[in-house]
Amino acid sequence: MTPEQAVAAVDTVSAIIDGVEVTVPKGTLIIRAAEQLGIAIPRFCDHPLLAPAGACRQCLVDVEINGRAFPKPQASCTMPVENGMIVKTQLTSPVAAKAQEGIMEFLLINHPLDCPVCDKGGECPLQNQAMSAGRSESRFEGEKRTYEKPINISSQVLLDRERCVLCARCTRFSEEIAGDPFITLNERGALQQVGIYENKPFESYYSGNTVQICPVGALTGASYRFRSRPFDLVSINSACEHCASGCDLRTDMRRDKTLRRLGGDDSAVNQEWNCDKGRWAFKYITSRERVKSPMVRGADGELHEASWPEAIAAAAAGLKGKRVGVLAGGRLTHEDAYGYSKFARVALGTNDIDFRSRPHSDEERDFLAAVVGDLTTTYADIDKADQVVLLSFEPEEESPIVFLRIYRQVRKRAMPVVSDAPIASRGSHKLNAKLVASAAQATGLTAQSVILVGERAAEVEGALSAALELAKSSGAKLAWIPRRAGERGALAAGALGNLLPGNRPVVDSAARVDLQSAWGVPSLPTTPGRSTSEILTALSDGSLDAVLVGGVDPMDISAQALEQLLNTFVVSLEISHSSITAIADVVLPVAAVVEKSGSYLDWRGTARRFDKGVEDADLRSDVRILSILADELGAPINLPTVSATAREIESLGAWDGARASFTKREAKAAKSDEFTLVSWRFLLDLGSLQQGEANLAGTAKQARAHISAAAAAKLGVSEEDHLIISSERGSIELPVSIREIADDLIWVPRNSPGSQVIPSLGFTSGAVKVAKR
Amino acid sequence: MADEAKSFSQQLQGFWVTFATMFKKVNTVQYPEVKEPTAERFHGRHQLNRYEDGLEKCIGCELCAWACPADAIYVEGADNTEEERFSPGERFGQVYQINYLRCIFCGLCIEACPTRALTMTNEYELADNDRAKLIFEKEDLLAPLRQGMIAPPHPMYPDSSHLNYYKGEITGSHPSQAPSQTQEQK
Repeated sequence: MTPEQAVAAVDTVSAIIDGVEVTVPKGTLIIRAAEQLGIAIPRFCDHPLLAPAGACRQCLVDVEINGRAFPKPQASCTMPVENGMIVKTQLTSPVAAKAQEGIMEFLLINHPLDCPVCDKGGECPLQNQAMSAGRSESRFEGEKRTYEKPINISSQVLLDRERCVLCARCTRFSEEIAGDPFITLNERGALQQVGIYENKPFESYYSGNTVQICPVGALTGASYRFRSRPFDLVSINSACEHCASGCDLRTDMRRDKTLRRLGGDDSAVNQEWNCDKGRWAFKYITSRERVKSPMVRGADGELHEASWPEAIAAAAAGLKGKRVGVLAGGRLTHEDAYGYSKFARVALGTNDIDFRSRPHSDEERDFLAAVVGDLTTTYADIDKADQVVLLSFEPEEESPIVFLRIYRQVRKRAMPVVSDAPIASRGSHKLNAKLVASAAQATGLTAQSVILVGERAAEVEGALSAALELAKSSGAKLAWIPRRAGERGALAAGALGNLLPGNRPVVDSAARVDLQSAWGVPSLPTTPGRSTSEILTALSDGSLDAVLVGGVDPMDISAQALEQLLNTFVVSLEISHSSITAIADVVLPVAAVVEKSGSYLDWRGTARRFDKGVEDADLRSDVRILSILADELGAPINLPTVSATAREIESLGAWDGARASFTKREAKAAKSDEFTLVSWRFLLDLGSLQQGEANLAGTAKQARAHISAAAAAKLGVSEEDHLIISSERGSIELPVSIREIADDLIWVPRNSPGSQVIPSLGFTSGAVKVAKR
Repeated sequence: MADEAKSFSQQLQGFWVTFATMFKKVNTVQYPEVKEPTAERFHGRHQLNRYEDGLEKCIGCELCAWACPADAIYVEGADNTEEERFSPGERFGQVYQINYLRCIFCGLCIEACPTRALTMTNEYELADNDRAKLIFEKEDLLAPLRQGMIAPPHPMYPDSSHLNYYKGEITGSHPSQAPSQTQEQK
């Protein structure tokens, strides 16, 4: 079928709106057809991504079909266009205009006149439409109904019931899009109001979207409360730094300070939504813990503030001629990661660089180098998939917008979802996922199916081999979805021991020669470098002398990581004081997202560019500082700015030669007679980018240890009891939750309050001892 | 000759105004020793008013800043809490600055204010030799505490709501609250 035929194949209907003929696909609503003509019909409940409701009645228009007029004006947001329809909006029909004016008067009867204290004031659809479609004077003389102002429906979302116009956008969003029907319309008539279930707060990961789509100020966010007016704000387009979903965001700033973030409109990715973490976790940027000036450890063993030339000289003196490893971290932009990658190869002459600051494996390294760079799966593939297989991946916790896309299809057409999770999470329940023991048990995959592999696959030997095998045997589309925003970009930038930028394998001499000529250097290191854990071991046993660390929390890697860094020369590029800066010899402060430009590669490998919001930021992006450091070392990397780096990456391009090789690993059956711990992270937890936002932390899920009913009976515990889970390193104590899970497994969140698995137990999965407290 | 006579008479005519003025009442004011009152509605320095019990009328809504054609006003709102209440209702102005280097004394801010918190005094002596001192903070603009007023933060009058305040039903602080302060604030 040619594209022209494809267009013709769509059934269209024609109608006349305000005397102008319009042809639209069948099923298009009148309000949407009018939009195409540039006719704005006032509305509150209508939202293009939600099912029609006809709740507010503000969009009344006069409709006539084949010469027969409807006796009364009709809601244009619920009526599809039909052939031969003649629609008259408020612009041409006095009846429609009067009807709209009347509805507006009704809506305003109970709406308080508290616009001066309302956060929505100045960007309020009700305010605007009261001006365009309402009366200038109120005729209402009675008492308005009043409610207690505002009530917390979660620690982050406030509800002001007086202001609500009962459009049901929030309740429809929660049910249709997020699958969290925690809010509903209670009561009837004038007393109708949005409410939560008794003692069950609105703890959805997507609750912030209801604040964004509320057409009045009924739902407001606690952290933006009374902070600003729309005319104070400067909006910039930005990309979310919290996960690899790749959301488009709008950041609103007042006097260089981020006051709020909203979901941007990218129909290919997040549509108009985002998650609460992306919306509200930005206080770390203005935190008091930020490193403001360079610091050098003096002879007294303490860190002292230093000038930039001093600090750069101290860092260069410690790195020059030494055997150095580079830990690049997963939160870097593509450009910054490229800076680290080039710095390691050119200025340090080593391939000892790894961006994986989390549990990892050699199988994963080979998989990343050989496979991931060429994966082309997108959100559109999820939209038309006949089945989605989730391997070591919890979309709601680890990539929330991917979850929304899968959930949309599950709700729309009951798309089958298969997960290899050991326990059905809330997300799995919402997706109605079938749980299987391993990838091999997923059946019925076709070329239309999509396999989504998470970063936790590295923790199970053979899991990535099995995923690859499944994709190859079925022809299904494969995607690797890391948790952090920077990992795919760091991979593309070659911040990995066996990979150079643009998928060039280190061991391929042709690829090295290609890069040498592009970079203008005589040679590049030839042996594949160490992984994160190997770098740490080498630092502790003395086979490496120094380390360059950028944005890494050692407790994300292993319990020993910090100890392994103690007796070595550490140069840390950080935004905030952390456990790394506490032991570093030189600390070089770097800019955070709104202070710099750059791009993240989302899980699809697509660049999400963002601009600088703060005009005269004191701090610079990592790549700029690395470039200065390289100059000081006498081996320049020539990356003076982010835009110069982006240009270099673009001109370098991807390698068209052979990819790195991948050797299949067999799964090892690890069996213990005691309990085996399994874990993953909650979306809202103790992550360092969520610091300083108590309202958001208040909506996080509570940490509980999940065990089966049989195991609970064996241990003699009920849901009121606490369990002590211990390993050789230490223990954690958590309340019990009895769920459907294998009898020998215990699930706990990985990094939540009271349940920090890596520092407490020393591993993320393995045999543990479990006892009643 | 006739020309000279004409010229003399013209000079006399010209000096007549000067001469006659010598016998008129003097208009000169010996400012700053002598200060004359301004017109009643003279647009002078702003003032942030209080309710009769001392709570601030400003709700930090920023409508004054919005109305200001010279962008001279900067406001940040904040939440009143039960422990720290500065104004009746939910919201108060935490930061309130007027930049008198920019202000053109047009009075649009006064018209915009929904609670009559912002009015203008007749004070016109606003010159200074330091630019920074001409950015007036909230404490420079707040009206002095009169008899019966208590400096915020303090709770609302017992058993009242913000509506009682808006309707002017609060006529002083409650006896149960701290003893009234008479000391004048700057």
